[in-house]
Amino acid sequence: MPLALELEQVSFAYGHGPPVLRDVELPVDRGEFVAIAGPNGGGKTTLLRLVLGLEEPTAGRVRLFVRRLAYLPQRAQSGVDAPVTARELVAAGRAPRARLLGPLGRADRDAVRDAIDRVGLAPHADRRLSTLSGGQQQRAFIAKALAAEPELLVLDEPTTGVDVEAQEAIAALLERLQHELEMTILYVSHEFGAVERFVERIVLVQGAIAFDGSPSDLPGLWHDPSHAHA
Amino acid sequence: MLDLEFMRLAFGAGIVVGLLAPAVGFFLVQRRLSLIGDGIGHVAFAGVALGYLLDLPLVLTALAVSVVGALSIETLRARRRTAGDQALALVFYTGIAGGVVLVSAAGALNVNLFQFLFGSILTVTRSDLAVIAGLGAGALALIALLYRPLVAVVVDEEGARVAGLPVALLNALTAALAAVTIALSMRVVGILLIAALMVLPVIAAGRVAWSMRSTVFLSMGIGLASVLAGITTAYYANLPPGGTTVLVAAATVLAAEPIAALRR
Repeated sequence: MPLALELEQVSFAYGHGPPVLRDVELPVDRGEFVAIAGPNGGGKTTLLRLVLGLEEPTAGRVRLFVRRLAYLPQRAQSGVDAPVTARELVAAGRAPRARLLGPLGRADRDAVRDAIDRVGLAPHADRRLSTLSGGQQQRAFIAKALAAEPELLVLDEPTTGVDVEAQEAIAALLERLQHELEMTILYVSHEFGAVERFVERIVLVQGAIAFDGSPSDLPGLWHDPSHAHA
Repeated sequence: MLDLEFMRLAFGAGIVVGLLAPAVGFFLVQRRLSLIGDGIGHVAFAGVALGYLLDLPLVLTALAVSVVGALSIETLRARRRTAGDQALALVFYTGIAGGVVLVSAAGALNVNLFQFLFGSILTVTRSDLAVIAGLGAGALALIALLYRPLVAVVVDEEGARVAGLPVALLNALTAALAAVTIALSMRVVGILLIAALMVLPVIAAGRVAWSMRSTVFLSMGIGLASVLAGITTAYYANLPPGGTTVLVAAATVLAAEPIAALRR
């Protein structure tokens, strides 16, 4: 399987502070669903930001072999005070793929509708986000990411603040999307109970990569410290 | 009232500014940059002063200086060497201090600067209106063309950057549009009050709207109604048009509050 991305001997520190990550080696194949776990402050989010080009490594290099990226940050919420409908949010995600000037074309509108359908939000597409449940809002943000038809989808704690039922539903949705759309997914979360059975590979980050393999090979560390329901 | 040419010109300029200021203000408010209009307004004052000193067209000089000031704020903010409010403060105070020094150097402290500080819509000339209408229509057309990517940036700036949108260019364009709006609005509500016309209609619209798009259109409607009601009230009650217009806009925010409370 060709690579989607590769981190080669990557180290990183904020300013003149202590290193957050040291000598990270991380190849990820196209179409892989990789879970990233670790304690708070262990460098999980920093790792994602390096992959996305939002931070530059202080040593080593990050190589991306895919072009279309989508990012669902921690506690994703609309950055605007004005009321936003789910459809408007998803359409905003399509902007990078559409032409810069003028309204969305038919193909772009179809892509927005398809993304909304895939996450099961069609009946609520024209409702304001603030009137949707936490799980539905997360689905809207996932649809926003899907609207750009990404090759690499990066999610940072996508189920924070969402009830257990919604966590399972989102994990199942991501697994289905990964197979249907052949996306590469990087998924950071403390709440691994829901996603555990869907991922083939877990990477434990604690300043460096402490473990990289199948979840079944990590029974002890799996629930401690990264899974809140241990 | 409309028999008088100066009133027709005032309404013409007011219509353009009433529509444009909230349309640009929408993107500033959503990016938590509501006060940037004040900062750029003070830079515009320095532009007016420079115009006096060099005997240049005042509105165009203010326009050029405002664009430079707005892009400076955006550059400082984007590079994160300076926090957004500190960048604003730097440009804000440099603008007003530079304006005072330049006006003094031009020997123009006795000039009727009040017309720029508080607006003088009743002195708008035909050539003023041509400039305001031309640049205003161009700015509105640009917003309409770039509405989607501008919205994508305000909804999720980091996500838009990751996905490949030219975020820095779009933010610079928003800052430049704010500068153009302020330079065009100086005669309508004045440098000290222009930010209000960019922000208050957007706040009022956000209380009652049901989507982003409806917020934009409602805020433009509220801006237009505020200007028309403000000028009309000022004419019959012999009040300053700029201040009256802003008070009307502020009243719409208060009027929208009970509606927002009912929706919660």
